[in-house]
Amino acid sequence: MTTTGHLHLAVALDGAGWHPAAWREAGAHARELFTARYWAKLAGEAERGLLDFVTIEDAFRLQSTLPDDVDDRTDQVRGRLDAVLLAASLAPRTRHIGLVPTATTTHTEPFHVAMGIATLDHVSRGRAGWRVQVSPRASEAAHFGRRAIPRLDPEFRDRALLAELFEEAADAVEVARRLWDSWEDDAEIRDVATGRFIDRDKLHYIDFSGRWFSVKGPAITPRPPQGRPIVAVLDHGGTAVPYELPARAADIVFVTPHDRDDAARIVERVRAVPRDGEPLKIFADLLVFVGPDAAERKARLDELDGAELVSDARIFTGTADELADLLLDWREAGIDGFRLRPGAVPADLKGIARGLTAALRRRGAFRHAYESTTLRGLLGLPRPASRYAAASGRLP
Amino acid sequence: MTPPHRQIHLAAHFPGVNNTTVWADPRAGSQIDFSSFEHLARTAERGKFDFFFLAEGLRLREHKGRIYDLDVVGRPESLTVLSALSAVTERLGLAATVNTTFNEPYELARRLATLDHLSGGRAAWNVVTTNDAFTGANFRRGGYLDRADRYRRAEEFVRLARTLWDSWAPDAVVADPERGVFVRPGAIREFRHEGPQFTVSGRFTVPRSPQGHPVIIQAGDSGEGREFAAANADVIFTRHGTLAEGKAFYADVKSRLAKYGRRPDELKIMPGVTFVIGDTDAEAAELAAEIRRQQVSPQTAIAFLEQIWGRDLSHLDPDGPLPDIEPDLSTEVAEGRVKHHDRAAVAARWRAVARERNLTIRELVIEMTGRQSFVGSPLTVAKSMAEFVAAEAADGFILVPHLIPGGLDDFVDRVVPLLQELGAFRTEYTGTTLRDHLGLAVPAGKEAA
Ligand SMILES: Cc1cc2nc3c(=O)[nH]c(=O)nc-3n(C[C@H](O)[C@H](O)[C@H](O)COP(=O)(O)O)c2cc1C
Repeated sequence: MTTTGHLHLAVALDGAGWHPAAWREAGAHARELFTARYWAKLAGEAERGLLDFVTIEDAFRLQSTLPDDVDDRTDQVRGRLDAVLLAASLAPRTRHIGLVPTATTTHTEPFHVAMGIATLDHVSRGRAGWRVQVSPRASEAAHFGRRAIPRLDPEFRDRALLAELFEEAADAVEVARRLWDSWEDDAEIRDVATGRFIDRDKLHYIDFSGRWFSVKGPAITPRPPQGRPIVAVLDHGGTAVPYELPARAADIVFVTPHDRDDAARIVERVRAVPRDGEPLKIFADLLVFVGPDAAERKARLDELDGAELVSDARIFTGTADELADLLLDWREAGIDGFRLRPGAVPADLKGIARGLTAALRRRGAFRHAYESTTLRGLLGLPRPASRYAAASGRLP
Repeated sequence: MTPPHRQIHLAAHFPGVNNTTVWADPRAGSQIDFSSFEHLARTAERGKFDFFFLAEGLRLREHKGRIYDLDVVGRPESLTVLSALSAVTERLGLAATVNTTFNEPYELARRLATLDHLSGGRAAWNVVTTNDAFTGANFRRGGYLDRADRYRRAEEFVRLARTLWDSWAPDAVVADPERGVFVRPGAIREFRHEGPQFTVSGRFTVPRSPQGHPVIIQAGDSGEGREFAAANADVIFTRHGTLAEGKAFYADVKSRLAKYGRRPDELKIMPGVTFVIGDTDAEAAELAAEIRRQQVSPQTAIAFLEQIWGRDLSHLDPDGPLPDIEPDLSTEVAEGRVKHHDRAAVAARWRAVARERNLTIRELVIEMTGRQSFVGSPLTVAKSMAEFVAAEAADGFILVPHLIPGGLDDFVDRVVPLLQELGAFRTEYTGTTLRDHLGLAVPAGKEAA
């Protein structure tokens, strides 16, 4: 719960929107999808709506309608840019909005990912987050050739594999956070008398040793402005221990309830997992078509795509006022915020950033101005001290 | 009117973690705040430079078993900060140093292609091959790669990256809403690569980028390094910054190109150089001496000695003479930096110079390490640079300022206009991509199957 009683609102950016035919809408500018200008417009729209943050989807495989194969469809968006770099290019073009790119943990080096996110926090002056994701597919593993992963079972019956990938993801987050802490805030001293740029007693080896990797540290990048950038995880609660990864490793969990009772059940399960530190922020994901013509637009897109849209998240079609009422209703179930996936850009992004935010403000449930320049600040989370500064208990 | 000079290429190196960077100067700003990167990049772009350059070091350097604390420590992740810089510059090339030992081709090729898209065709990759176990301690596989294999992996890595960049046909994305065609059929080809280093297959996720392939830079000096550059690189970043060394290196490397079916102008040779500008040559020389004293603090002088002597010399007085101490060749006190190849010979030479010229330890280190490459009035510096290039000792320079963020201001304001008057440097960008600036062709793409 925030002190202001305001909802937190994020928008999930991916291509021309979450409907596979969204790119065919008028005004979608799909030809520009791989340019910085396209994304700057989207982030600018979200920021004008005073949203807390944008997330950016990413994966080490082409989009596909098949679980673990390329489908060679030519009528849907294929191709993506690296989300962390895309987020970095948005940093100088925005001032307040949080930037939360996806970076995966199965085939990447935790050290590189941690330094990338730390750098995103530096270039955005404290607005970085990291949406953590695993790569559970054989087709992704084949791009790297380092690790055997069985073909994806769409029913996710191989719980052991998922548990392993999630456990590794939790280790990667642990490494990142230790690295972000490995420089104390006042490590840089520039002491001319002794010729020292840093006080090396304030830099720490992290000496992480786990099942999948060992990382010595310290970070090569000084401590990020937020101390620790925000970590977010989408969790459907389908793993061996539901919601364990976010409880262990995240500041925000994205969940996918289908109605208010479902939301209440999920909140209860999330809160039941033991956790240290600040309470986990629970954001519900919704795929939304917003506006007076929402239903017709969705029907038109379904028609174009030749199939009705399916999603892991609840699909909403309706006016901004109806959506505002739904969000406030779900909030009663203990949801802290929402990550909305616009069905089609620009219409539904505008529906969120203009229509929905106005409707929420009329209900006293959304900010009128940015109250902070950092993502932690927007989320009402304190800036953590370095664990090593706290642990050293250094004598004066 | 002087005859037109051979055209110079210029790059700006964000100075970092070695004693070139004078952090103790009152004008020295943050080494990590984005505003410092933005200032240097905008200055370079104002000066019509070819590109902005970032080095890489994946583990903090150590000295006598502890983190080395006398130089600047810490830097951002290169490709991330360059992506941010792509938003505040329009023409400037953006070059990242990225290691091939502790990265995987699919991921790195994606990141480089992404920077190329975000910047509208301005990305470059400086391929380095550092493979020591010290650095490996931060990565999944540790120090797994033999030194002998470092360029084998790099070569296969670059070849595979090019395969990935070629895997989308140049005109794959049509995004035609009327016909409902986003990608042309067959335009995203499957790749399949089997080699000693990598066995991979699948589809790449990034459309072909504006430059086709980002510009490839190589920095490494061994015979294998030069051969790798001759076969694969568009630019070499070298340390050979004197006229005589430069000419020898230039001739050597350019002569290796024919074997790969390449013309001499397809590989640009750019030494990393420093500079000091004064109103007069005399003033510049004085300034240069002062900067050298700032770069070699008393503590730094002792640390340099310790690196060569391989032992603790903290008891020595930096302002006193160099005593007759034998180097300990069995130990290395420094980790994470380029090693002296023959410490015994270096120590012997240093002792001889100290004796002959009666130098203190600090004076000796100032004398024997990192002297500035170009020192003088703006006109002297401009002429020396143009002559250096005219003499085929280089195709251009990667300038390393000693101050952040303002260390390039004087060069751009006072030397660049003179280079332009000499007819040795562009007065406007004539293209939009880094390949345009360097006069490099776009690699031929492969049409859809
Ligand atoms: C001018 C120059 C700059 C270099 N910059 C870097 C760097 O920023 N990061 C790095 O890891 N290695 C750097 N290197 C090291 C080389 O890339 C290479 O890995 C190393 O020198 C071993 O190769 P070699 O035996 O061919 O010299 C640099 C080398 C040279 C000559």
